[in-house]
Amino acid sequence: MEWRRSYGRAPKMIHLESNFVQFKEELLPKEGNKALLTFPFLHIYWTECCDTEVYKATVKDDLTKWQNVLKAHSSVDWLIVIVENDAKKKNKTNILPRTSIVDKIRNDFCNKQSDRCVVLSDPLKDSSRTQESWNAFLTKLRTLLLMSFTKNLGKFEDDMRTLREKRTEPGWSFCEYFMVQEELAFVFEMLQQFEDALVQYDELDALFSQYVVNFGAGDGANWLTFFCQPVKSWNGLILRKPIDMEKRESIQRREATLLDLRSYLFSRQCTLLLFLQRPWEVAQRALELLHNCVQELKLLEVSVPPGALDCWVFLSCLEVLQRIEGCCDRAQIDSNIAHTVGLWSYATEKLKSLGYLCGLVSEKGPNSEDLNRTVDLLAGLGAERPETANTAQSPYKKLKEALSSVEAFEKHYLDLSHATIEMYTSIGRIRSAKFVGKDLAEFYMRKKAPQKAEIYLQGALKNYLAEGWALPITHTRKQLAECQKHLGQIENYLQTSSLLASDHHLTEEERKHFCQEILDFASQPSDNPGHKIVLPMQSFAQLRDLHFDPSNAVVHVGGVLCIEITMYSQMPVPVHVEQIVVNVHFSIEKNSYRKTAEWLTKHKTSNGIINFPPETAPFPVSQNSLPALELYEMFERSPSDNSLNTTGIICRNVHMLLRRQESSSSLEMPSGVALEEGAHLLRCSHVTLEPGANQITFRTQAKEPGTYTLRQLCASVGSVWFVLPHIYPIVQYDVYSQEPQLHVEPLADSLLAGIPQKVKFTVTTGHYTIKNGDSLQLSNAEAMLILCQAESRAMVYSNTREQSSDAALRIQSSDKVTSISLPVAPAYHVIEFELEVLSLPSAPALGGESDMLGMAEPHRKHKDKQKTGHCMVTTDHKVSIDCPWSIYSTVIALTFSVPFRTTHALLSSGTRKYVQVCVQNLSELDFQLSDSYLVDTSDSTDLQLVPLNTQSQQPIYSKQSVFFVWELKWTEEPPPSLHCRFSVGFSPASEEQLSISLKPYTYEFKVENFFTLYNVKAEIFPPSGMEYCRTGSLCSLEVLITRLSDLLEVDKDEALTESDEHFSTKLMYEVVDNSSNWAVCGKSCGVISMPVAARATHRVHMEVMPLFAGYLPLPDVRLFKYLPHHSAHSSQLDADSWIENDSLSVDKHGDDQPDSSSLKSRGSVHSACSSEHKGLPMPRLQALPAGQVFNSSSGTQVLVIPSQDDHVLEVSVT
Amino acid sequence: MAVCIAVIAKENYPLYIRSTPTENELKFHYMVHTSLDVVDEKISAMGKALVDQRELYLGLLYPTEDYKVYGYVTNSKVKFVMVVDSSNTALRDNEIRSMFRKLHNSYTDVMCNPFYNPGDRIQSSPGGPYFLCPIQSRWALLPVSDPVQVGPTPVSDPVQVSPTPCVRSSPGPLITW
Repeated sequence: MEWRRSYGRAPKMIHLESNFVQFKEELLPKEGNKALLTFPFLHIYWTECCDTEVYKATVKDDLTKWQNVLKAHSSVDWLIVIVENDAKKKNKTNILPRTSIVDKIRNDFCNKQSDRCVVLSDPLKDSSRTQESWNAFLTKLRTLLLMSFTKNLGKFEDDMRTLREKRTEPGWSFCEYFMVQEELAFVFEMLQQFEDALVQYDELDALFSQYVVNFGAGDGANWLTFFCQPVKSWNGLILRKPIDMEKRESIQRREATLLDLRSYLFSRQCTLLLFLQRPWEVAQRALELLHNCVQELKLLEVSVPPGALDCWVFLSCLEVLQRIEGCCDRAQIDSNIAHTVGLWSYATEKLKSLGYLCGLVSEKGPNSEDLNRTVDLLAGLGAERPETANTAQSPYKKLKEALSSVEAFEKHYLDLSHATIEMYTSIGRIRSAKFVGKDLAEFYMRKKAPQKAEIYLQGALKNYLAEGWALPITHTRKQLAECQKHLGQIENYLQTSSLLASDHHLTEEERKHFCQEILDFASQPSDNPGHKIVLPMQSFAQLRDLHFDPSNAVVHVGGVLCIEITMYSQMPVPVHVEQIVVNVHFSIEKNSYRKTAEWLTKHKTSNGIINFPPETAPFPVSQNSLPALELYEMFERSPSDNSLNTTGIICRNVHMLLRRQESSSSLEMPSGVALEEGAHLLRCSHVTLEPGANQITFRTQAKEPGTYTLRQLCASVGSVWFVLPHIYPIVQYDVYSQEPQLHVEPLADSLLAGIPQKVKFTVTTGHYTIKNGDSLQLSNAEAMLILCQAESRAMVYSNTREQSSDAALRIQSSDKVTSISLPVAPAYHVIEFELEVLSLPSAPALGGESDMLGMAEPHRKHKDKQKTGHCMVTTDHKVSIDCPWSIYSTVIALTFSVPFRTTHALLSSGTRKYVQVCVQNLSELDFQLSDSYLVDTSDSTDLQLVPLNTQSQQPIYSKQSVFFVWELKWTEEPPPSLHCRFSVGFSPASEEQLSISLKPYTYEFKVENFFTLYNVKAEIFPPSGMEYCRTGSLCSLEVLITRLSDLLEVDKDEALTESDEHFSTKLMYEVVDNSSNWAVCGKSCGVISMPVAARATHRVHMEVMPLFAGYLPLPDVRLFKYLPHHSAHSSQLDADSWIENDSLSVDKHGDDQPDSSSLKSRGSVHSACSSEHKGLPMPRLQALPAGQVFNSSSGTQVLVIPSQDDHVLEVSVT
Repeated sequence: MAVCIAVIAKENYPLYIRSTPTENELKFHYMVHTSLDVVDEKISAMGKALVDQRELYLGLLYPTEDYKVYGYVTNSKVKFVMVVDSSNTALRDNEIRSMFRKLHNSYTDVMCNPFYNPGDRIQSSPGGPYFLCPIQSRWALLPVSDPVQVGPTPVSDPVQVSPTPCVRSSPGPLITW
């Protein structure tokens, strides 16, 4: 039926069971009743009376009496049931309903509660009326019963709370209260409200716990002292009975101990939880309870015999486990191991401590004291309880058996341990499993069974190493070391010892002990002398850094290489190491480039020090030993247009990062270290490694060329070898062999010809050793001298550019060969010395371009000239050198530059002629020029060259020019051409007196047609009647062309015509004003026939008009030879081209620039034109050589005044 | 009062572990290490729950006779484990929670230190700025002048480098750089 409760608690369906008991007055509850289960909830009065008389006589009195009794006990829960029989009713049909018995009773007793009276008609008949009345009755009965129950329960709860509130009063007893609240729990249990029942027990539990805590805090309750009595019995939890009446009574009697109370409480909780189908909570609560009890006993300072609690806990654990197993099936248990494994583990732990306590673990077995203790413990267990007496595996029997003998204990302990480990493993609690395993290993060690212990220790150690727990590692290793020592695993033991000796978590003494163990073993005379014990080096010592000397780690064959390593010894004491060996792998270097000396100089490592990363041994491999990501950008461009195709990031060390994680246990495995045998070893003997950093130096003499890689590092202490299997990062050194080499190079940027220049000789000896008497044989080049200086010295350097010695150089020269004797130098050294060489001044052909105005040079192009104009002319000298190490000669080429460029020009003044020589200094040096000569090589006697130069010494600065002028004088008819040689002495201006006299600089050139044939004179006259020329007015230009000589050789050409013994030549004149000062009016050019005779004169008049005012130069008048078209020359100029070209050439000429390039350009135009073939045969023009025409009016100016009406003043501002 | 406190890296190696009765350090190391089993279990069970609603506090990992082991896991799977004496009944769940929160805060401070390499062991020394030390049943965070010492080699005081003596001594207006 539905039960509605007070305090807003949710309605529940409950099952209420009731007993019908005959009414007795003594059964009515007295004041202060605590029993609820036997409480009379509802009183029912049954009557069959149907007669008014009878009612009045007896029933009414009886009812009144009953009611009074109830009232006296303040019970208001009653019901009167009147059973009616039809048989009787029929007799009294006339009776008014008003006066029926029911009405009377209702009237008399139920004055306000008419529902308290129920009629049950014909209960034994099977009629609908009967059924109806039964139903009505039962409903009424239920309602009233529940009403009463609720009321009484509420009252009970209130009473209970009141009692609880009194707990601070002195006389309050927990046990009494316990019984009251338990009564409530029982009622709930009876109502099948297990949850509520459990709450009651939990409340009691919490209340008690709080008291204990308060007691611990000093707030003691009197009643609690009772629970503090010494523990005398420890027979564990009893969970098989629903109610442990024995314990309950003891609580009721206030005789229970703390353990009794706790056990009882828990057994009740357990029962209820199992009713609630929550066995796993039982397991969880059990563990809490056990821990709690142990704590509480400690807190209350209850005296407990040693081991008693262990027994209690052990028994309890097993009891709980068996109880749970009893109510669950296998599959359920298997899937809920996580809940029970704690109990298993706890039981194992307790059994272990019992075993240790009772001397069951020691090798010898228990002694008498242990046995006494065992007997005491067993006595405390009491007798086995009857309910488990028949089960074979009861916790009681197990414990008793386990404590009975060493063997039985071992069996039980191993069973438990294995079961626990298995369970832990199955739910993935590896660490816990390993921890139990370690306990087991400890047990095995105590039992002197190290072979069994080892596997557990190794397993645990592996786990700790993988996760980097330093202290557990150290501890487990220590245990393992002991185990291995017992097992006689020498290598493993030594390895573990070395690890322990380097472990900073151990004390100094312990480390020394383990170190000594290694040393003791090493010093033992080995029965097998060749036997080596190979251990990894990391724990013994660490390689910190390595330093090469020479620092670039490249050494020539036969050279000495030093390798200095720093080893950090981890041992606590100095260790004498017989030898330290570096195993070196040799490979022939395929790339021969590395072996050369260039490589040496280019690849200089910073300092030759290689640092090794420190070992991070205690850290797990997972993160810290991984290298950092090496990321690089990647661009991929399309090959055609260089556009970006793809881009990305590349991790260069993927192979390092993504490789499978090796289990770090391999560090522990000595098999992982293999001693490599190699032919190449670096050895260092008898070293004492002090704790901390040690410097060890290896020396080796390089033998074969190639690359040597340092592979392994071994240190041997007696028969123990510590091996570092791989040296990483890779350390290499190279041995090279080099051919001897000779290099010759100028000291300056370029060599200058004509003056002594220094040239550096570098001899790289390579593998060749220079002996006494070895010399370089230089075959002399013709135009190059090797200047021998007495004081020249040769420097000898070692390969690393350290100066080792210097020696005087002996140079012997013959006319063919210069021999330089080299100083004695060992192999792989460098000899350096300087020699002065002198390139003789160049041959005449090389002395610049002989340029003459009007001289065509068809072999050069215009652009070439432009280029060469600013560059020095160079000469190559080839020298072949015989080296002592080779049968072949070495040919070297030295390039010398001529520092000067010379040009010449012919200058005229009427018939007087001058030769001008311009010397241009192209070099960066300043020179001093002296003793300039100009001689006629053709030696014509009548020709005289008169120098007009005053100074004999003249400085010529860098990039500057110096001019020299000579006057040509002759007595007879001058030769048509003149061959001259110009020579000038020069020496560097900055230097002091040179040891040798330098050859002068010479320049040869030819001057042709230098004799003046024509004199051209132009004059401008103002218009008649005017004093001055005026702008805009025509003036007359008079050109006077005068022949100065008679027929000469040079006149004999095509233009010459002969008639009547008179010779005449055709000339063309042209008036050009390139500066646009003048406007030539009318014909500006014309052809004249000029008689070839002295004083022959031709006069030409022209009209010109000045365009500007001021002193204006006269327009130019040009003379050309007019050659007939039928000449033998095939190439002819057409009219357009010659006019055009001529204007250009005139133009250039009119500028009268000394710039040779413009002069040359003119010639080149001619050459360009002459090579063209134009159609029509035209007369040709040939410019007269500059020497043949003298313009006597050049440079003259005419004053032009502005016209009067012209007020415009032009001012040009530039 | 917590008897042992441990900060454990994601990879389950200890970043920081310290116990107050130092003579029994080993026991606590074992205990904390074993407790990782339960931490792992709880984390994997939690993985199924929504990530954002995750409770960092793992609660009681497991009790032993003498100690209670509590766990806490940060979002980056760094675990904090605290061992509390069982007899210390004053420490309720709320206290444990707040201790963990403080520990988390100070761990965050350590991570914020630019001189700290994530993954390195954390060292706390009396005098460090983030001073992890049990003080009267609480882990207090005391800001002290020196920086935390991080890594195997003690970093020499990078904070005190900044003030220049000339600025301090100048009587005039303070020069700001």
